[in-house]
Amino acid sequence: MSTEVRKNSQIFQDSNNTYFPEDETQISSVVKELFKKNQPAEVIGLGSKSFIGNKIQSAKKLSLSKLSGIIEYLPEELYIKVKANTPVELIEKELEKNNQELAFEPIDFGFVENGKSNKGTIAGCLSCNFAGSRRFKVGSVRDHILGFRGVNGKGDIIKSGGTVVKNVTGYDLSKLVSGSFGTLVALSEITLKVLPKKKSSNTITIHTEDKKLVNELFEKISSSSSEVSGAVYVPEEPKDDSYNQNKEMLFKFNDLKFQGSFLALRIEGDKLSIEERIKVLTMELELQNLNTSILDVHQSVPLWKKINSLELFENTKNNLLRAVIPPSKGNELIQKIGNKFKYYIDWCGSLYWIEVKSNKNSKIIEIKRLIIELGGYLTIVKKSNEFDYEETIFTIDETRLLISEKIKKSFDPKRIFNPGKMYRGI
Amino acid sequence: MTELALPKIDKKTLDKKDYIFKSLAKLINPEHVLSHKDEIKPYETDGLSAYKQTPLAVVMPENTKEVSSILKFCYEENIKVVPRGAGTGLSGGALPLQDAVLLSLGKFNKILEIDFENKCVVTQPGVTNLGLTHAVQHKGFYYAPDPSSQLACSIGGNVAENSGGVHSLKYGTTTNNILGVEMVMMDGTICRIGGKTLDQEGYDLMGLICGSEGLLGVITEVTAKILKKPQVVKAALIGFPTIEEGANATSEIISNGIIPAGMEIMDKALIEATDNFSKAGYPRDAELLLIVEVDGTESEVDVLLKDVSSICKKNNCSSLKLSQSEKERLSFWSGRKSAFPACGAMAPDYYCMDGVIPRGKLAEALLEIRRLSEKYNLPVANCFHAGDGNLHPLIMYDGADKEQFRKTEEFGAEILKACVRLGGVITGEHGVGVEKRELMCEMFNDNDIQQQLDIKTSLDEKNLLNPGKVYPILRKCAEEGRVHVHRGEEKFPDLPRF
Repeated sequence: MSTEVRKNSQIFQDSNNTYFPEDETQISSVVKELFKKNQPAEVIGLGSKSFIGNKIQSAKKLSLSKLSGIIEYLPEELYIKVKANTPVELIEKELEKNNQELAFEPIDFGFVENGKSNKGTIAGCLSCNFAGSRRFKVGSVRDHILGFRGVNGKGDIIKSGGTVVKNVTGYDLSKLVSGSFGTLVALSEITLKVLPKKKSSNTITIHTEDKKLVNELFEKISSSSSEVSGAVYVPEEPKDDSYNQNKEMLFKFNDLKFQGSFLALRIEGDKLSIEERIKVLTMELELQNLNTSILDVHQSVPLWKKINSLELFENTKNNLLRAVIPPSKGNELIQKIGNKFKYYIDWCGSLYWIEVKSNKNSKIIEIKRLIIELGGYLTIVKKSNEFDYEETIFTIDETRLLISEKIKKSFDPKRIFNPGKMYRGI
Repeated sequence: MTELALPKIDKKTLDKKDYIFKSLAKLINPEHVLSHKDEIKPYETDGLSAYKQTPLAVVMPENTKEVSSILKFCYEENIKVVPRGAGTGLSGGALPLQDAVLLSLGKFNKILEIDFENKCVVTQPGVTNLGLTHAVQHKGFYYAPDPSSQLACSIGGNVAENSGGVHSLKYGTTTNNILGVEMVMMDGTICRIGGKTLDQEGYDLMGLICGSEGLLGVITEVTAKILKKPQVVKAALIGFPTIEEGANATSEIISNGIIPAGMEIMDKALIEATDNFSKAGYPRDAELLLIVEVDGTESEVDVLLKDVSSICKKNNCSSLKLSQSEKERLSFWSGRKSAFPACGAMAPDYYCMDGVIPRGKLAEALLEIRRLSEKYNLPVANCFHAGDGNLHPLIMYDGADKEQFRKTEEFGAEILKACVRLGGVITGEHGVGVEKRELMCEMFNDNDIQQQLDIKTSLDEKNLLNPGKVYPILRKCAEEGRVHVHRGEEKFPDLPRF
């Protein structure tokens, strides 16, 4: 071991074999050392989403938690540049001061994990690329990443993108890093596109148990020019008491006129335009024939917060699946899963969050097969204790796996970062 | 035209020319293999017509299987391949190579499926950008990215270049508006990425392929997202007596929480040029002209335009007109859309740049360009997608004068370097191609470029797919002199360029 490497090991490593580099130069030194010794490491931030993905067999951990803080925020340029492990909440608070936000609505996985809010770091958010309810209108996390800096698996400091929205200079590596679950780059800096926060929001809830109608409504909403920015269906299923109690407690709002299953759609903007849009939607969706409630901004905002915190699955000990399908396949999927599982539908009919009880692992395989048949994909986000790791967590076909292996190799030839977290061999 | 450095010509390939023609003719309909010099002449250049090169042969496959077998053959025989869509690109990305097969996707011109339920269109890559909108507009839908060449440019080319357009601030560029692609890798492997779902799992290969300028794979099918047309669209036409006041107004519009659907700026030189050319009725006394377009509901649009108006008044605008009808809105755009031909009418040649700067640096950038214009003694007109900071200076020159031509090149490069210095990038939507290849080092260091090259090598280890584009031919950037030349014969004079 060279003097420099020894110094690095001593400075950054704690007794649990976790490195705590403080800047990208230090990350680079640590990774170069790991590379030299062929030692893989689990890359971690605040650990809010570390339960997602396969278990990693590595003696070392690379904590990037010390790389936190806002580097540059220019509201008029619509971007914020932060150290990669800045907590999402801190970024949101800073943006709030200028009436701006991360439009993709970062998901809070803390409730699912242990019943407490924890939005984690922006690097974690980017690495999973799981966007919230506004996804179908504004894009995913990856659509809001303008650039990054970080260290590849050889220890080289690299960058891509910039701070401007229009940029076709070289390959768009920001996209590649998004959703890579930390298997390509240890991120040190991220530049995000930010957008003005809408002045107000209202939510129309439509109370119905009729799943066919729900899918018809989703179709009409996505065909509307009324810029609906959230459309979710929360069914009261399966019909058991504990679930119903939980749901009623969760979605208790003064203006919610009816009990039971509901479809909620969000309209954002200034007051006048919200009123105008509600009028148009009332006609388009023929709302006068349905049981509806309208939630004002004070109820609308918390409702969507609960949706995007997955509070319906708070503290679950079961398996939690995240499935995305072409929305036209909704009826087929609901027919198969309806009233057997606790689930809800987001992204205007595209995204399904499904809970599968721990003793029903074989059901996961069944649902996964169906989702793939329908042209979608499925991620097992949370695994029960009895989960059989023979089942793959993510969906991928042979050709894409082969290409992904090649790409992994180009960033991280010795598989230092999170080996096996996504797929075997990656 | 001075010499353009291109990859070393493989003599072995040239020597087995006849064998290659014969083999290709066995793989696809022999009539779709062009090798006679008269047949391949139309393919010797793309939208960057300063560079011309005769390809080895032109092949026009009709389906994915044929693309795959051509690529597999070329891979096994170590033959370079240059993919080409409509050939409207402005950075030379589809420039042929003497020892390469030019793979034209021109026969991939059918829309395969219109799926209103899933709000998407599955199409072959040779369909034009506007063709997508035409296919769905009867139900009030459209495809959002609108590069100015949308009448002719192909959707496959849009994916390769990650094309933008006037409305990209609000609606994004190609990468934000496609759901899936089918592509063929250099070794012939066919790969489907994404589909009709939002996002995909695993590495975002679609994000990687989008804007990769034909270096990583050949796009053979695209699933594009379609949107419902906005309820109301209106525009404002605003003149400012100084560059600074106009620039401040644009910054203030954004910082007041307004995201216009489009926001365009023209400087005095271009106001005059376009107004002479298209009689758009622009305020001739203004130093800077701003077009702001907003969409949404009736009241929302009115409120936004009211806010825009008051911001502009606060910044001392000299004229302000709000569109009262769709006809008037389109007339606001008519001059802007004629920017390129208008400049073409003013000088024998013009050279269009494509830098991006942070919005707040607009005044600084325009003043720097003005300074450079005086330094080089060459007139320049500026149009600018102000919403997303994309600057298109048009340098006017006479290509017959070699010295003037050399100065034009230097001027262009200095503008792009200034963009980087101001915190921007060297290309916003035209791509790097061969044109800006050597300027990559203004933005990236050796590590950054090496990582990108490693990706290229991992997917095309023999470097056969569109070599010589995007990345500097000589590695050490500092050692590389400027080599490219532009002589502004517009290849598609009828296409609006903005």
